[in-house]
Formats: sequence, C-alpha cells, structure tokens
Amino acid sequence: MKAAAFAYARATSVVNALELLAVHGDKAKVLSGGQSLMPAMNLRLLSPEIVVDIGGLAELRGIAMRGGVLVVGALTRHVDLLRSPEIALHAPLLRDAVSHVAHPAIRNRGTIGGSLAHADPASELPACVVALDATIVARGPTGERRIAATKFFKGIFETALSSDELLVAIEVPVTGQGSTFFFQEYARRHGDYAVVGLAALAVVAAGRFSDLRLGFFAVGDRPLLAAAAGKLVNACVNRGLLAEAAAALTNELDPPEDQQATAAMRRHLATVLLRRCVADLLARPELATGVTK
Amino acid sequence: MTVTRAAADTLSVLDRPNSYIGKTVPRPNLDRLLQGRGQYVSDLELPRMVHAVFLRSPYAHARIVAIDADAARRMSGVIAIVTGRELEAVITPWVGVLLHLKGLKSAPQHAIAVDRVCWQGEAVAAVVATSRAAAEDAMEQIAVDYEELEAVTNMRTALDPATPVIHASLGDNLAFERTLDAGDVDHALSESEVVEAEFVFGRHTGVTLEPRAVVADWNAAEARLTIYQGTQAPHMVQNIAALHLGLREAQVRVVCKDVGGSFGIKVHIYADEMATYALSKLLRRPVKFVADRIESFNTDIHARDHRCRGRIGVRPDGTITAFEIDDLTGIGPYSMYPRTSAIEANQVVNLVGGPYVTPNYRARARVVFQNKNVMCQYRAVGHPIACSVTEGLVDLAAAKIGMDPVEIRRRNLIADDGYPCASPSGMKFEQLSHHASLAKLLQMMDYDALRAEQAALRAQNVYRGIGIASFIEVTNPSAAFYGVGGAKISSQDGVAVRLDAQGSVICQTSITEQGQGSESLTAQIVGSVLGVSMDRVRVTLGDTDNTPYGGGTWASRGAGIGGEAALQAAKVLRRNILDVAAAILQSTPAGLDIVDNRIVNADDGVSRIELNELARIVYFRPDTLPPGIQPELMATRHFVPRQYPFAFTNGVQASWLEVDTETGFVTLLKHWVVEDCGTIINPQLVDEQIRGGVVQGLGAALFEKCVYDERGQLTNANMADYLVPMSGEMPDIEIGHVVSPTLESELGAKGAGEAGTAGAAAAVANAVNDALRPFGATITEIPLTPQVILTALGRI
Ligand SMILES: Cc1cc2nc3c(=O)[nH]c(=O)nc-3n(C[C@H](O)[C@H](O)[C@H](O)COP(=O)(O)OP(=O)(O)OC[C@H]3O[C@@H](n4cnc5c(N)ncnc54)[C@H](O)[C@@H]3O)c2cc1C
Repeated sequence: MKAAAFAYARATSVVNALELLAVHGDKAKVLSGGQSLMPAMNLRLLSPEIVVDIGGLAELRGIAMRGGVLVVGALTRHVDLLRSPEIALHAPLLRDAVSHVAHPAIRNRGTIGGSLAHADPASELPACVVALDATIVARGPTGERRIAATKFFKGIFETALSSDELLVAIEVPVTGQGSTFFFQEYARRHGDYAVVGLAALAVVAAGRFSDLRLGFFAVGDRPLLAAAAGKLVNACVNRGLLAEAAAALTNELDPPEDQQATAAMRRHLATVLLRRCVADLLARPELATGVTK
Repeated sequence: MTVTRAAADTLSVLDRPNSYIGKTVPRPNLDRLLQGRGQYVSDLELPRMVHAVFLRSPYAHARIVAIDADAARRMSGVIAIVTGRELEAVITPWVGVLLHLKGLKSAPQHAIAVDRVCWQGEAVAAVVATSRAAAEDAMEQIAVDYEELEAVTNMRTALDPATPVIHASLGDNLAFERTLDAGDVDHALSESEVVEAEFVFGRHTGVTLEPRAVVADWNAAEARLTIYQGTQAPHMVQNIAALHLGLREAQVRVVCKDVGGSFGIKVHIYADEMATYALSKLLRRPVKFVADRIESFNTDIHARDHRCRGRIGVRPDGTITAFEIDDLTGIGPYSMYPRTSAIEANQVVNLVGGPYVTPNYRARARVVFQNKNVMCQYRAVGHPIACSVTEGLVDLAAAKIGMDPVEIRRRNLIADDGYPCASPSGMKFEQLSHHASLAKLLQMMDYDALRAEQAALRAQNVYRGIGIASFIEVTNPSAAFYGVGGAKISSQDGVAVRLDAQGSVICQTSITEQGQGSESLTAQIVGSVLGVSMDRVRVTLGDTDNTPYGGGTWASRGAGIGGEAALQAAKVLRRNILDVAAAILQSTPAGLDIVDNRIVNADDGVSRIELNELARIVYFRPDTLPPGIQPELMATRHFVPRQYPFAFTNGVQASWLEVDTETGFVTLLKHWVVEDCGTIINPQLVDEQIRGGVVQGLGAALFEKCVYDERGQLTNANMADYLVPMSGEMPDIEIGHVVSPTLESELGAKGAGEAGTAGAAAAVANAVNDALRPFGATITEIPLTPQVILTALGRI
C-alpha cells in the first residue's frame, strides 16, 4: 500500500495553482487535507502524475460574514467548522453535521472544499450545503463562477468543477427568524460514513412549516433535496400527511445497495428520519414513531 | 473477590511479605512502549536488507498458465522475482494435519502457489526490491495468465456430489468430521419440550494493529538463519522453518521482541512467512516482509465461519434434558499449519453444554474445504460458537417454558461442590464456580432492578434487553492439545533465573509477550518468591538462543504454565541464595529469609546482609566462603500440566442494551463479566485481558464479518468496510472475580485471556432477543446488523 511515484508542487497562490492545473490538466490532482486523496493514492485507485498542494494558501482560509452571506473558505478544516463562533451562530447545521464526520485526527486535516469537491454521496457536508441552499464559488483560468449547491453535485465523486478549476469558497445565506435545523444520520459506528442521513433546514411558524429543505445523503449518487418536503409546507402536519410525505419520499429515492444496507432498508431508514425530523422540528414527539408491535 | 476455598493455614510462597501477587503493579515494559522504544519487527532495519511483496491471486480458484515477469525484472530497485516453482527448490511444502484428529486430511501447501491458486490472496510470485514501494511498482508489471476454475464458496453445498472437489487427491471436500453421542439423547428428547434453531456466525478475523511482520536473515558464513518475527510461539517457528528448509533447529534462531497485537493470528505458520525465510536463504541477505492491511484481511487467518443446528430438550420444571448439535464450518482450501483448522470445530463439540449437568449430548461437526482464505484458531477458539449455541438454546428453552433465564441456569449449572467431574464430551473439570459467579453477577448488575426498568421502558416503546451467558474456557493446555497429535509445539515452558553480581535478577522465560503482560507477571512472581523488588528483576523473552525451550503465549497458558515455571525456578534460586547466606552468616537456611533485597532473620526480621553484598562475595571473593560451598546463583525449572489435559475456567457475562426497533440499531449500554481464573497475579492485567476479549466478542456480535461474494472475492478487505469495534460503541465493562485456584500448580493460576471473547457475543445475542421478545422475533445469527434486525422485525 504505497502510492505510485508522483510529482509534487506546493502552490504559492491561487493563481499559481490554477497555472499548474492548466498545464497538467487531468494528470494533476489538487491536494487539500489529503484525507480522501491520499488513501485513494495509497490504494493505487488514483495515480496522478502531479499533486498540486494548495494547503498553504491563506487566501482560501477563513470564515467571514459578507452582506448577509457567510463566506467559508475552501481550506476551512472540519475542526474549524466545529469550533467557529460564526458557524455556531449563522449555520449551526454545519457544526452539528461535522461532528459526525470521521474522527478528530481526520477533522484536523480534512477541509470543506475537499469534502465538497470529492462529492462522496455518503458525505455529510454536501447534503448540508444543499439544504442550506449555499453557493459554491469556483475559480478557473477564465475567472470566477458561482454554482448553486443543488446544481454542483453530478454523481458519485462527480461535480460541476472542471479539472482546471479550484473550489475557493462556499457562500451560505444566513438564515432568518424562525429558522431551525435538524441533523441526524445512521452510521454503524460513530465517525463512519452514514448508511442514511438527513440534513434539514426549516422555517417554522405557528406550528407549521413555511419552508422545509430536506437534504438526504447516502440515498443515491448525490445528495438529494427531497421534493416530498413540499407536502409538509404550509400544511397542518398530522400522521396521515406525514405518511403521505413518507410515501412520496420512498418513490423519490433510488438508493444503492451495499454491504450496510439494501435499497429497501435505505428507503425505510429515510422515512424514519423524515418522521423523526418533522417531530423534532415541530416539537411534536408523537409524530416520531411509526412503531407498531 | 470471592474465594471459594479457605486459605491454607500457612503462608504460601505467594503470600510472603511485600508480595506482588494479587496486586496491580505497572507493567515494567510500559515506559519502553510509551517512549517509542518498542522493538517491533515492522521497524527493524538490517544492513543489505531488501523488501518482499507478494503478487496475489485475484481469483479464488485458478490455474496459473504463465507468469511473465520480464518487464518487472528490469525495473530499478528490483533484486529478484521468484515464483512458486523456483522457491520449491529451497523450501518443502507442508500438510496441516494432527494425528489425534482422526481422519483430518489436507493437501500439500506451498510457500508460493505452484500451478494453481486456491483462494483470492494466495501468493503467486514474490517481488524482492530495495524498497517496498519499488517492489510494488514492479509487481504491477508482472503479467499472469490465469485460467479461472470454478470456486467452491458455499460450505452448505461443499459436500454435494455436483460440487467440484478442490483437491482431487483427497477425494472430496470433507477435511474432518467428528461425532459424539453421550447418554441417551433420543430418549431424553422424547420426554421433553424440544426447541430447535440454526445458529449462524459471520466469518471474521483478528485485525492486529501491527500486521504480520518478518525479517529473515540467512547468514551463509554461519549457515544460520535468524528470523525476527512477531509470533506467539518462537520455538514452534524455529522447528518448522528448520524442518522445511532442510536445516537443524540449531541453525535457526527466532527473535521476537515487541508484537503489535496477536490474538491468535500470529500463532500460525503462514505461506508468505515461509516464503520470506526461503527468499533470504536463496538471496543470501536479509529479507523483510510486512503485510499491508489488504494482505492482512486476505491472508491472516479467518475464524468462526460456522452454521450450527442446535436442539435442546427441557422439562416444565426447567430441567435441561439434552443438547444436540450439528455443526458445519468452512475452512478455506488448506488446513492451517501446524495447528490445523479442525481444532475450532473440535472445540465446539467439546464445549457445547459444558456448564450444565445435562448428561445427554449428541454432536456432529463437519469441516469442509472451500476457495476462501484459510481459517484457524483465533482468540477463544471455538468457545464463542459453543457458548452462543448453548446459551442461545438455554434462553430459547427458558422462553418456551416461561421461565426466567437466570432461574433455568440456576437449576442446571453444575453445583459448585460437584467437582471434580467430567462433561458428556469427556472434559475434566477440577473446580469451577458457576453458581458463585452467577450470584455475584446478579448482584453487580442488580438484576431485579434492571428487569423493572426494562418493563417500565417497554411501556414507553423503548426496547431494552438483558442477556446472560455462562461459559467455560479451556486454559493451560497440556500435551493433549497438540503434542499428542505429533505437532512439535511444546506444552511445557521453562524459566531460568539468576542473581547478578549486584544482587539484581535476570530472568529468561520461554513465554512471549504481545501485550498481555507476560513480562510483568513473570517479574511479579519472581520478585515475590525471591523477596526482591520488581525493579531489580529483568525479564528476557522471545529469543530461541536465549530462553529455555517452551510453547510461548497462546491458549491462555502464559500465566498458568510459564508463571508456575517462574515460581519454581525462583524457589530454587531462593534456596540456593539462603544456603550461601547461611554459610556466610553462620546461620541455617531455615533461620533466614529474603525480604526487600536483603537477607534477614526469619524470626525477628533483623537485616543481616544485602543481596548485592552476598553477590559480591560469591562472584568476587569466593575464597572467603567456607570450604565445600559451591554457590549456584542460577536456577532453571520447567513446568507442564499433567493431571488435567486443560485447566478449565468458568464465568458468566451479561449484556444490557437497547434496540431501536425502527432502525435496527443496537446500543450497548453495559456489560458485566464475572470469571474465575484461579489465582490472580495482577488484577488490572486480568481485567484488561477480559475487557479486550469482551470487545472482540462484541465486535463479532454486532460488527465484524468478512464478506465474500459467490465467486470467492473478499469484498470488504479494508478498515472502512470491515467494521472493527471502536470505543465509541463500547459499553462500560464491569468485572468481578471468583477465585478457585488450580491445585495442579503451586501458583494456582489458570488462564484469563479468552474468557471475555468466549461469552460476549452470546450475551449480546440473548439480550437482543430479550429486547425483541414483545415482537415475537428471534435472531440466531451474528453479526446482528441493522439489516438483520429490521428483516427479523419484518420492517423491510
Ligand atoms: C477514516 C476516515 C473516515 C472518514 N469519514 C468521513 C465521514 O464520515 N464523512 C465525510 O464526509 N468524510 C469522511 N472522511 C473524508 C474526509 O472528510 C475528507 O477530509 C474529505 O472528504 C476530503 O477533504 P480533504 O481536504 O481531505 O480533501 P483531499 O483528500 O485533499 O481531496 C479530496 C478530493 O478533492 C479534490 N480537491 C480538494 N480540494 C479541492 C479544491 N479546493 N478544489 C478542487 N478540488 C479539490 C482533490 O483533488 C481530491 O480529488 C473520512 C476520511 C477518513 C480517512
């Protein structure tokens, strides 16, 4: 388990990194925290000719509020999300989610940019940015472009980024009054990738949802913003309606089968999560359980 | 601690003043390990050392048509590329059978496959290069032409006439079969309620932190091979390496310093290790092989791939009338060498029903070949199967007659005053303590309060379960285990102790250390018996040139056998020291004692002479000693159990857990163990052995499984997909003891290394079924994954 030989370049600026990517095209790989890239290289699943290390670029770090938008630099590490007061205040969903990502040693290195660019469908952060309606900021040889998170993920390990682009930041709209969130995942062990997970953002007023964004993960080839949520918005939620939403969700999902779960089990767990999420957000515990003996 | 026997009237050698026995003292090797000064083979570098990697078969079963290594051979850093045919000239093949396992058969296995590969992961060629990375680069350039053969993967159909026979010369795929019929099972069952179930166990493996590692160094000038290897049994490795390389044992030295975990994984002889010895001899230079994680999953022995049908007979009053089992296990294409792959099934037959008085017992075990990685002994060999089947059946019987699981055990466990006695399978029990252990367990867990809590929570749709599992454990094996079967695996161990010129003690033992605390227990015993403080006792182990001959550390034998040898050697040295002291002090040996590194008067404790002064006189001024005195400040003793084939221990475990009946996820809330390993030398070491063992059992219960597809591909050979238990999911594990020392040794210690693993999965499975009782679901399969539980609940 040793990586094949590769060249290594430590980028001195974003511009420099982009130049290197332009020269080497898809023979290059960007290195951020290395927590997904290096294992893949050691297993020789990936053998890039050159690794462009952007880890030293201060311009890609930091979390700041800019005109009602929280801008999170691509190199923001998982541990930074966990500890940042800005995140806790304006996007607590990210803080809750990231505590489920791997273990401290990995969170100390892994970055949000790396996680989104890697686009593992079982990852927490991609589903979060979808639920948060965030925007991904990419920079390429021709300049910067903004991609809605809902359009960014294209498939397993596939995104809208091209090989000569860098993901530089994530812009998260700051949520207003009455906004609440929910994060839960089912994983075999703490820190494992989820079997099924849900990152949700909602606006609740007078016991009803005026907005509900349900970002499911590990249920398909990319994070899924469930349309079934629509059934619950501006409606009086009861068991019947919830069952209807669950049925709609089941139809919407086309989950993969793997060693942890069959497709049927993933559908089932997604509906459990849906019920528990709605019960939690509306503070109505009686909606949580569908258990019948 | 509950002591089941009255203490002797006089103080034993173990109860001397300042004894370390029974005390938690820090392990003497801790600082070395914590400061990064451990001597692991993985870290070893020798001059001119080269690295071997093995090109491994991607197929479970295939004929090797051609190997083209020309391009690889030309790559930079490559020293040699060696195939099975070429290596055959250096090392002979082997067959993993034992005479006392009647009918056990296997085929010759080569260090590197010749003509045919029989499992995915079997080595096809070795690449030797100046670095591991260079060897891996070259390996990618070797082209092997395979002709894929049909793979036998399903053990249930392995014996069907339509299934291909893996080794034509053997005639069929049956490696071993054993049957047993004691009492009158049919009669007993005909007069009882009968409950039946099939128990299914996931194949899993040991996952050591440090993978298997070996450096072999053939010194042509001395005609001697030095093998540095993380092994549990250095003398066994010496014997086998010599045998197959055509050397005398004296030409092979095995050195084994620190080992990063073993769990039984490193007590076997692996083909790639044999190949590494041979490569060193062939290339006349040191060759290193360290398995990487994928190789570990594909080649470290697997274990516990069993399907076992079980039946139990029970009367309305709770009397268990009979046990019956039909066990089937698939062991891969070869019986492992030299301990064989039949021991596990054999143990299952030996142990089922073992804690109970039930005299009627019928068993059949069949061991079949398949094209998967080899299976063999892993921590608690056979015990988890036997315990899960027995305890699962007992709980099913209790449920059938509406009796509490504790009550049915109380009515059937062998009485604590019923010893010595034997089980229907012929196992001899010297002294066990099932009832005292159960009583202690119930008190520790507050059983009645837990039952009340369980009932209250059920009303709120929270489903918790309690699972109990009594167990017996084979420890301190005599020659009955391997020796009688013809294997050169020593069941005796030796210890040499000597007083150095400054009154410190050097102790060489043939047991080995892989983290259990062998060094510590040896130093504790020697220090206590001699009256020398532990910081003055230095323990050397793991070197066939520098320790007495012995078995090593496995089968929960280090403390009981090696510890007794240490005790006896220290007693002799003590006598010898007192003889000299009496001569110097013009006293009598009986009038003197050794306490705190000095000779004192036995009666009033007055200090007479420091040990270092005594040593100075003996070594440098023997001229001042009275004539006729020849001091012997070195003593060696060996020990082997003779009276009982095994020193059985016993215990009971309990699990308290919650099942989320909507998601199928299990949360372990608490685990309790009460066990009886006889004399406890170091309570903390014993408790941590048990905790570690429990964790491995919990891994089997909930997480660990080698997942093979129908073509014999191991599909989860990595740490992301093969789930080892991690601390986040582990409950607090509380441990209690009952002490019934064995009278076969003065030390009285039995083993404790496997007790935790033996019963943990059974306790968890019983607890899950207890939690699911309101749903009428019973699961007799592990690991108990959410998928399995949701399926049983009919939710998916
Ligand atoms: C044991 C273990 C457990 C883990 N568990 C989880 C988990 O439960 N959930 C989870 O979500 N993740 C998990 N991870 C992955 C971890 O979160 C990674 O940190 C993350 O997926 C990638 O971030 P990185 O900064 O390490 O990226 P890298 O590994 O450096 O890169 C990942 C990929 O993204 C590309 N890339 C990186 N940065 C950029 C950029 N700025 N622009 C364009 N492309 C870029 C790289 O070229 C590469 O292809 C785990 C990892 C390990 C080792």
